[in-house]
Amino acid sequence: MTLLRRNWPWLVALAVLLAFPFLFYDWTRGRHSGFALTLMSEIGVMAIFALSYNMLLGQAGLLSFGHAVLFGLGAYCAAHTVNLVKAGTIWLPTELVPLAGGLGGLFFGFVLGWLVTKQRATAFAMITLGLGELVSAAALMFMGFFGGEGGITIDRVMDTSLLGVRYTSPWQVYCLVLGWAFVAAVLMRLQMQTPLGRMANATRDNFERAQFVGYDPRRVRWMQFTLAGFFAGVGGGLYVMIYEIVTFDTVSAVKSANALLAVYIGGAGAFFGPVLGTIVVVLLQSGVSLLSNAWLLYVGVLFIVMVMYAPVGLAGLIGMHAPLWRTGRLRELLLPYLRALPPALMLFLGFVLLVELTSFTTIGAAQGKRFAIGGQTIDTTSPLPWAIAVAALGVGAFWLRREAHAFRLRWDALMEDAKRQAGAP
Amino acid sequence: MTVPAIELSDVRKNFGATEIIRGVDLGIARGERHAIIGPNGAGKTTLFNLISGRFPISSGSITVNGKSTAGLAPQEINRLGLSRSFQITSIFPRMTVFENIRCGLLWSRGYRYSFWHLLGGQKALNAEADRLLDRLNLGDRRNVQAGLLSYAEQRALEIGITIAGGADIILLDEPTAGMSHSETDAAVELIRGVSEGKTLIMVEHDMSVVFGLADRITVLVYGEVIASDTPAAIRGNAAVQEAYLGTIAA
Repeated sequence: MTLLRRNWPWLVALAVLLAFPFLFYDWTRGRHSGFALTLMSEIGVMAIFALSYNMLLGQAGLLSFGHAVLFGLGAYCAAHTVNLVKAGTIWLPTELVPLAGGLGGLFFGFVLGWLVTKQRATAFAMITLGLGELVSAAALMFMGFFGGEGGITIDRVMDTSLLGVRYTSPWQVYCLVLGWAFVAAVLMRLQMQTPLGRMANATRDNFERAQFVGYDPRRVRWMQFTLAGFFAGVGGGLYVMIYEIVTFDTVSAVKSANALLAVYIGGAGAFFGPVLGTIVVVLLQSGVSLLSNAWLLYVGVLFIVMVMYAPVGLAGLIGMHAPLWRTGRLRELLLPYLRALPPALMLFLGFVLLVELTSFTTIGAAQGKRFAIGGQTIDTTSPLPWAIAVAALGVGAFWLRREAHAFRLRWDALMEDAKRQAGAP
Repeated sequence: MTVPAIELSDVRKNFGATEIIRGVDLGIARGERHAIIGPNGAGKTTLFNLISGRFPISSGSITVNGKSTAGLAPQEINRLGLSRSFQITSIFPRMTVFENIRCGLLWSRGYRYSFWHLLGGQKALNAEADRLLDRLNLGDRRNVQAGLLSYAEQRALEIGITIAGGADIILLDEPTAGMSHSETDAAVELIRGVSEGKTLIMVEHDMSVVFGLADRITVLVYGEVIASDTPAAIRGNAAVQEAYLGTIAA
């Protein structure tokens, strides 16, 4: 019962995620939105991937540029496993395919980890960068395992389900992803509270001190890397189940960078930070990319802004409000926030307009697209929209600076109060 | 004959062409409180770094509890029963005070690299960490991030991490450096208490601490031991007077 009382947010989250696709349910035709389900499945997979990345970055202080290697190799292992099951060579329930990916990730985490965890800090980052390139290159050379440019395709309808589900619909696949994402997240959360998880924090904080309490920091890094490989591999296994194909993109530096972006944007300091970051990154990738040619630029700018102004990430920003929440004074921030909103919006829209105008004079023109806002075509050659964009950008920035200053004063005063209140008995 | 806690014979260390430790022979008996003193640059901290395995020795030999430390990593020397603190505070700054102490306990309580024990449920371990926190007078700072503690509290925490594992040889590098008088007094009482029945070796500049705590004192000057004796004998030693103590202990 205490278990339930303390962990109810997890169950609420699970219930909400299970119900969420019904917001996009087409009731007249009686079916789910395939786009929404695939998007949510993608978020689930990438969330596992980002959480496993944070086992290295957040917990052990290891900045890896090659984490997708473990994700991708796990995906390949899962794909080959599915094909073996289909061929009748082995038998495995469909539900356990992600576990095959996980074991693949565990194996490669163990083997490759032996090499990369010899070093820490910058040297570690460099080795992982090299490893990522190495495996990407190998993916095009070893046809048997990687399938070359075409990759490995599977048919996920294996008819070996323990639950009698055929996984023919995106809804069934989504449920599989959600189940595994939930289990993986719980396990990763629990791992933080084990001796290994704590010593990963300790070696992150002070590897020398860790040595002088009896631990070999390299061994800690290696084991942490191996376990992170397992969870990345689970993500890879689910990826195969969603897309029914795995190509060398899955081991690429771009994939690795996705995890890094998600963790930095969401925040490495809180357990759910990487999940928040994943939601933002995937929505930008899959949603904004449909609307704009310049979506990658927005991801990049967001990343830079977060690293510069909010290195604690979204979760960290939310967490900063906790003292005010506890003292019941959160609503006093409502007005300052509302006041900062118009200039922030102005700055944002000015920036977007400028980026889109530029992108339409170059890529857009080449693709023969017209720039339209709400049905109104905008002439990118006339100076007016450009002037509006620059003006909005300039005025917004100036205005926001002033509001930010006022906001800061209010914030500091409130925090001071909260601290005093917390200090009093 | 009982095995000495630590024995150094003809230990030398050079950094490049410079010889910092120039042939040190030193035996420290079990249960002794031993202070190493000497002027700045004498090599006291370097000697600690050699004994604890932070740096390899250039020649000579060191034994800890009768076992040679040649080729051993710091964690392996720690597992022989030797634990140390640092001159510059060395804790786990982003973890809580309680977690710091518990990390100091984990290895000696046999948890090793376990990823299947949940620490929240290890009642005996957690109770032990809490008991030690109370002994350090850090009980009410239990859930504070260690990096946010005051300087004296961080020093106390470091001593706590150092002794948590139950090592029978404790090396403290300037444990009272930078402390006020009252903080120093508290630290001395703490050190006296936690080193009860253990071998304590400390580098210290505060002569009142040294003469108040130590059973024996070794004087190190330019990488060589010029005297190693009881406090009374050290006080009366002419060579020591000349080289180091001067009027301080007179």
